Amino acid sequence: MRVDFEQLSQWVAPQSRVLDLGCGDGALLRHLIDTRGIQGMGVEIDNERITACIRNGVSVIEHNLDRGLHNFLDNSFDTVIMMQALQAMRRPDLLLEEMLRVGRECIIVFPNFGHWPARLSVALGGRMPVSTALPHQWYNTPNIHLCTVKDFEALCAEKGIRILHRVVLNQHDHSGALTNLLPNLFAATAVYHVSR
Amino acid sequence: MEPPILMPDAFPADSVGLVTPQCMAFDEPVTLACGRTLDRYQLMYETYGTLNADRSNAVLICHALSGNHHAAGYHNADDRKPGWWDTCIGPGKPIDTNRFFVVCPNNLGGCHGSTGPASINPETGKPWGGDFPTLRVRDWVETQSRLADNLGIQRFAAIVGGSLGGMQVMRWALEHPERVAHAIVIASAMKLTAQNIAFNEIARRAIMTDPQFFDGHYLEHGTSPKTGLAIARMVGHTTYLSNDAMRDKFGRSLRTGTFERGIDAAVEFEVESYLRYQGDVFSEAFDANTYLLMTKALDYFDLAREYNDNPIEAFKKSLARFLVISFSSDWRFAPERSQEIVNALVGAGREVCYADIEANQGHDAFLLHIPRYLEVFSAYMQRIADEGFR
Repeated sequence: MRVDFEQLSQWVAPQSRVLDLGCGDGALLRHLIDTRGIQGMGVEIDNERITACIRNGVSVIEHNLDRGLHNFLDNSFDTVIMMQALQAMRRPDLLLEEMLRVGRECIIVFPNFGHWPARLSVALGGRMPVSTALPHQWYNTPNIHLCTVKDFEALCAEKGIRILHRVVLNQHDHSGALTNLLPNLFAATAVYHVSR
Repeated sequence: MEPPILMPDAFPADSVGLVTPQCMAFDEPVTLACGRTLDRYQLMYETYGTLNADRSNAVLICHALSGNHHAAGYHNADDRKPGWWDTCIGPGKPIDTNRFFVVCPNNLGGCHGSTGPASINPETGKPWGGDFPTLRVRDWVETQSRLADNLGIQRFAAIVGGSLGGMQVMRWALEHPERVAHAIVIASAMKLTAQNIAFNEIARRAIMTDPQFFDGHYLEHGTSPKTGLAIARMVGHTTYLSNDAMRDKFGRSLRTGTFERGIDAAVEFEVESYLRYQGDVFSEAFDANTYLLMTKALDYFDLAREYNDNPIEAFKKSLARFLVISFSSDWRFAPERSQEIVNALVGAGREVCYADIEANQGHDAFLLHIPRYLEVFSAYMQRIADEGFR
């Protein structure tokens, strides 16, 4: 499940400061540096990915996001991005607040646990869902806080977080009429652009 | 077909091989941070690799407390050990001498040929001894920059150092921002903690209370405070290792003696004999006044002192891109100290990469062959070269 970088790029202002939490090999930041001239910084915990970022010429800091963002100043970035990592955090709600303290705007990408195959697996199969997007078993999954599109929007409402844009994608990473009509059921991936 | 070149096979293929130390004399007086002036001085240094046509591929190595200019390679075909950072400098190594031109000086105040306390004071005709001026990290930066001037190096592709060397790297980035493209700070700190100063003070007291110290003028008395210096080294060495590293290396193994009932003979643990040996070897090869001077420079260093004690304000002055590396079991220059550097750099809007390397060797890790460390270091250096040393 790889969200098209272009989808996110449109919300990132040229020459702005971007922090990517769980930045992987730095491919997104590299893309934003090359296409939008941003000043990017990544945070990663995985050894191999950190080295990959360095090879890609992307600034990267080794840091465990479960320890929060205390090492970053208020409003020190224009955009804070988190792709496919929020659900692996110990306290996604606290991290979301931290992201909005450090950055003016945030872009969050997560797998929608309300997607129909996941529902079918639990409701009819009686088993926790295992898919290409969420390939782990219940006991070894890093995704300890999965949520649905509705759950995420409820959290935003509760915390007074404004949703600037939302893009929902089906399992083929396409935006379709059905997905847009009933995102909680038909979206495999949700992309949110939020601010305070 | 060209005839094969006959190579001495004494050295490993990834070694810079046989190297010759060089000496540069300076006649231009240097005013030191303490206010005193040295009219003349000399610096020993070594270079490895080749300076490219536009002089852009130079790397400066800043040594730590007990280091010197011999960072890589061998002085003689029968040398048992290569230079102190041979792990990281050589063909195909992190600081790849096929791509970079490496300069490593022995700092002013050193005891390996650069002007220092054991040199002759031209005013008295006797060794400086305890009268040698107190030095601060910025004095090394200043004298290193004059060495660079004379070598025709306007800007370094990278300045690299571990521990006290890392402090010099950071000071360089603030004093000469336009001369440092990349700053690589390994197992270092923006200032020492009280605990760290305490260990240095124990070391200094051991030296200064040695009856052979003579207020620093031991050379005039034809002697040296070897016992004190050896104890100082034993303290230092212990703190550079981790508890785990010492357990793995020595455990409670006995070198001599036995705990058998009924036998009243002296027992010596391996760790005791090892430390004593290290202390003795060091006290024969190192100058006690240099040891005092270096530990003082460490203690006095405070990167942000003149920037309202605000490291973010300090780093705003730098233009370099940074790589910061720490080691998980290093308690003398703990990962937290490196993270403080990183946070300040991020706050100042500087580009920085940071890796905390899992390693149980303590502070010494920065000198050792630790695969992930060398991988990160190599990746960063390769990127510098690939980007054309900018």
